Amino acid sequence: MNYFVDERGYYGDFGGAYIPEMLYPNVEELRQQYQVIIDDEQFQQEFKALLKDYVGRPSPLYLAKRLSDKYGANIFLKREDLNHTGAHKINNTIGQILLAEKLGKKRIIAETGAGQHGVATATVCALRGLECVVYMGEVDIKRQAPNVARMKMLGAKVVAATSGSKTLKDATNEAMRDWIANPVDTHYIIGSVVGPHPYPDMVAQFQSIISFETKKQLQEQTGKSLPDYVLACVGGGSNAMGMFYHFIDDESVKLIAVEAAGKGVDSGFSAATTTLGKEGVLHGSRSILMQTPDGQVVEPHSVSAGLDYPGIGPQHAHLFKTGRGLYASITDDEALQAGLLLTQYEGIIPAIESAHALAYLEKMQFKAGDNVVVCLSGRGDKDMETYMKYFNL
Amino acid sequence: MNRLQQLFQQQQRELLSIYYTAGYPNLNDTLDIAEELEKAGADFLEVGFPYSDPVADGPIIQASSKQALDNGMTLAILFDQLKDLRQRVNIPILLMGYVNVVLQYGVEAFCQKCQEVGVDGCIIPDLPMYEYEELYQSTFEKYGLSNIFLVTPQTSEERIRKIDGLSNAFIYLVSSSATTGSNLAVSESATAYFKRIADMNLKSPVVIGFGISNKETYQAASQYASGAIIGSAFVKNIDANNLKGSIKGFMGQFK
Repeated sequence: MNYFVDERGYYGDFGGAYIPEMLYPNVEELRQQYQVIIDDEQFQQEFKALLKDYVGRPSPLYLAKRLSDKYGANIFLKREDLNHTGAHKINNTIGQILLAEKLGKKRIIAETGAGQHGVATATVCALRGLECVVYMGEVDIKRQAPNVARMKMLGAKVVAATSGSKTLKDATNEAMRDWIANPVDTHYIIGSVVGPHPYPDMVAQFQSIISFETKKQLQEQTGKSLPDYVLACVGGGSNAMGMFYHFIDDESVKLIAVEAAGKGVDSGFSAATTTLGKEGVLHGSRSILMQTPDGQVVEPHSVSAGLDYPGIGPQHAHLFKTGRGLYASITDDEALQAGLLLTQYEGIIPAIESAHALAYLEKMQFKAGDNVVVCLSGRGDKDMETYMKYFNL
Repeated sequence: MNRLQQLFQQQQRELLSIYYTAGYPNLNDTLDIAEELEKAGADFLEVGFPYSDPVADGPIIQASSKQALDNGMTLAILFDQLKDLRQRVNIPILLMGYVNVVLQYGVEAFCQKCQEVGVDGCIIPDLPMYEYEELYQSTFEKYGLSNIFLVTPQTSEERIRKIDGLSNAFIYLVSSSATTGSNLAVSESATAYFKRIADMNLKSPVVIGFGISNKETYQAASQYASGAIIGSAFVKNIDANNLKGSIKGFMGQFK
């Protein structure tokens, strides 16, 4: 079974480039160039140097002792929360800003939900001196004020998406409209493994550093490069794809993707795409998305803004449909409790997104000696207000 | 040959086409608007079926789409409304909307319904040429539907030739790099682009759309093409309290 993109830009039944003609030249330019640029030695040197000296990679693989005792397995945390800007998002934005420079682009646009990808994009634009415009839902701008301020301080222009439900999917629509209007000088840095081909593959390659390092670190720490399980949360799915990437072809490694069930999968307030969604087209690729029987995209809900997306990347849809990955979901309550648990067992406050992956540990049965890697995709600083309200801190 | 192909074959003068969103301003206005537009001199129509995430559209059509969805419009309801289409309207009709809605309805069921109610073609901006050719072309042709492709100022000559080969009614020339509803500046670069396309001697007629809002821009565009399409400017002008009057008023300027 091939779990990676084929020459048509598809993963099995999913993927492709369902874009209006106005976007075709931009996407086609990228499709023709991305692999050539990524494979270029000079590009790799620059990319790796920035990941090391600017982002702070490799991120540690930390054996969480007390958590391991609790669950009866060796629980390793891949510490993406320790990256510069506090999450895995920067791996992709570093890669894409270098790629945009090679393409001769002068202006960068991005969409953001909680603001993490927006901050990571604004950061690399400041680093390289490029103009930056970030689209963000009007609703999200109100609930994520600190990240809006960070982006502004970094020199980005934050534009409110006022269409539709005024959240992440609408910010993505607005970014696409901007790209339609600015086809020549602008590069669109998509923040997840979604969008038209080649984005899902390109973003997955930039995030694959997560599993690349993990393999080496596991070898050093356990004498085996392959774990029994890897877990990661999934909104669009970029940290999960980075965490899975170098394990996908090793079928002995069980891949577990954790979606946000919100208030419960049947509550009407959920973002559990594989449970609630159907096959269709969203934001340029064929995948699985939450929609009405008439094909209108349904507004998702999750306490964590980073998982509050009605679709998943096409490669995830393929891993789900083929059964290569297990796709589970965790409620808001379960995630928040898991966040508190990690904080009090290990002294690490996780992003609520990452806490969804941690929460799934409760539902698993381990054998003694199982090696389990959880991608701790981000830190919880940005979520303090939510934690404070929930736990009455 | 469908009505659309006939229209272009027998064409004597520049054509005027109007886009509007089905289900806007009221759910059941669809056929009344079509009828009124035919009376007022429109040569063919694009009837938009609304989608929640219309990325190729500007604010006016986004808003009309949202209102139509809030009014309860679905593709199934639209086909039901169009049952009597050919008793009331003679000019060619295209359906225009996004691919996900068609996929959920079922591509073959969609094409079959189009033929049944007398729709002549469709414009699905986010249906890629590759997928159309590989998966859908034979179905479209089986039901006599013309698929209309877009061409933009950035589309390469090679690709335009390919689109020309796949087209059997007309090519939709997007006037500038923009979403719908922006204003066409009849600039040197726009006219150079229109001329470049005209000089390609394509087999398919070309109709210009996006940014055509009034008589002036309509005439400017029509010089270089078989006609032009007006969307956002028409939708913006619709008055729910005076539907027929507002349509008549808008169309009057083209007489």
